[in-house]
Amino acid sequence: MGTTLLFLTSGLFLGWSLGANDAANVWGTAVGTRMVKFKQAALVCSIFIILGAVVSGAGASHTLGKLGAIGTLAGAFTVALSAALSVYWMTKLALPVSTTQAIVGAILGWNLFSGTAINGKALLKVIGTWVFSPVLTALFAFILYFIVTAFMKKVKIHLIRLDGYTRALLLIAGAFGSYSLGANNIGNVMGVFIKSAESAFPSFSFGSLYTFSGVQQLFLLGGIAIAVGVFTYSKRVMMTVGTSIYQLSPITAFIVVLSSSIVLFLFASQGLKAFLVGHHLPSFPLVPVSSSQSIVGGVIGIGLAKGGRNLNLGILGRISLGWIATPVIGAVVAFFALFVVQNVFGQVVF
Amino acid sequence: MDLFFQHARKIEGNIDKYLDNITKAILTFEQGVKEYFNGNMDLFEDKYKEACDLESASDELRRDIKYTLYRDLLIPDARGDVLGLLETLDDVIDVTEEVLREFSIEKPAELGEFKEDFLSLTEMSVKTAKELVSASRSFFREISQVHDFITQVHYWEHEADKVEERIKRKAFSSEKLDKLSVKVQVRYFAERISLLADTAEDVAERLDVYTIKRSI
Repeated sequence: MGTTLLFLTSGLFLGWSLGANDAANVWGTAVGTRMVKFKQAALVCSIFIILGAVVSGAGASHTLGKLGAIGTLAGAFTVALSAALSVYWMTKLALPVSTTQAIVGAILGWNLFSGTAINGKALLKVIGTWVFSPVLTALFAFILYFIVTAFMKKVKIHLIRLDGYTRALLLIAGAFGSYSLGANNIGNVMGVFIKSAESAFPSFSFGSLYTFSGVQQLFLLGGIAIAVGVFTYSKRVMMTVGTSIYQLSPITAFIVVLSSSIVLFLFASQGLKAFLVGHHLPSFPLVPVSSSQSIVGGVIGIGLAKGGRNLNLGILGRISLGWIATPVIGAVVAFFALFVVQNVFGQVVF
Repeated sequence: MDLFFQHARKIEGNIDKYLDNITKAILTFEQGVKEYFNGNMDLFEDKYKEACDLESASDELRRDIKYTLYRDLLIPDARGDVLGLLETLDDVIDVTEEVLREFSIEKPAELGEFKEDFLSLTEMSVKTAKELVSASRSFFREISQVHDFITQVHYWEHEADKVEERIKRKAFSSEKLDKLSVKVQVRYFAERISLLADTAEDVAERLDVYTIKRSI
């Protein structure tokens, strides 16, 4: 158990950095514009991230598992550490970075190092989703913008009361966004450990009511790590996101967060997928997507709805760069890290 | 949340009352000037007193709104703009009181020749200020309407300017008025009454910016 926890530290570190960075995507504007207090945001965010991770985290993690079935704890440790280091390094260099893309790159690095054939179908699904998710968020934000504008024209709410409703909506959208973030991104943090940790965390049942599986316990730990990241480090990022990067009004912030949350949820929920498939509707692959890029997609959607004013096309270029650069860096770092862990520390990495 | 909406209701009520006070002050001003030109000095003094009372009541309301907005941390994104709007609207009430005070102190006696022009100028200035109040109400409830009202503010202010210029030209070319001091007094009161329209237009300019900021 002790060794397992030691090896899990890299995943927990990755979880911490996800909490520190990505919570700001969901809560940045609400907290940055002081519509929601940080403590309130952090509490709601943590609860819902953990819930999302434990209840709906399995779907997107499964796809990552298909990409690289890392069977040893040391291998999983190194892959997660490589992703975390890539994120840290790219953040230092002020390059756009997403945990999702870093971990996929690191898994590909493991595939290359271990000589395992890359599952092309799974890889295509993942990359296709990265491109598709910001586009879909932009579309949702675009449509929601017109619905909300038309609604507000009709109801004529007083500015002061509107403020109250907006705060409530930001809290609800934030809770939903946190749940979706937990569900969709826990795979990034803990996905690589699933195979090796199944034995370390035996499942236990609460009578016949509920079985708490090993994977769910793993996700709970990851969720807690994300929550710690939220509480300890996300405030600064939220203030930056909320006040300097995307200058959104509280209502447009609500639209962007809601659109992004829907997208993250679509790519994470097994229940929703089953429902859509059951009703012969188009369903979405369960894949971890980048919340940052999804949010940027939402902001672009709002910009387009407003007639294309204030639209920064440079952001699109930076996103596209992230799709390629981050996985490549993740893969290179993982390849070398696996080499070191295997040959210097004598660990079995595959 | 329930507490929030209780506070919201109170502050909404106060903002409405504040805007009602401005409307009353504008109408009091209009009525006061009319009474003055009709020679009903007692009624004029009553209107001046009403204007003073409205001015102090509005100051109190504005302070109350300001404290509530800050104490209850309401509308953090638009708080500065709302307070800015209420403070500049206060200038409109101040002008109505000040102008009536000047009439009360100086009691200009030789404006009779210009009675119709002065009443017309008062009407234009009052119209400008009324449209501003409508624009301000819309800012709180129906932002899409603000622009229409602001357009009307500009229109009536321009009309007031024209009447003001007409009065000044008439005064300085009049052969009936031989004293320069009287001509200057006519000019002064024309400018004072027109100040209501100018102040309303200044507030409208600010409101226009606040509106652009608030359009989602």
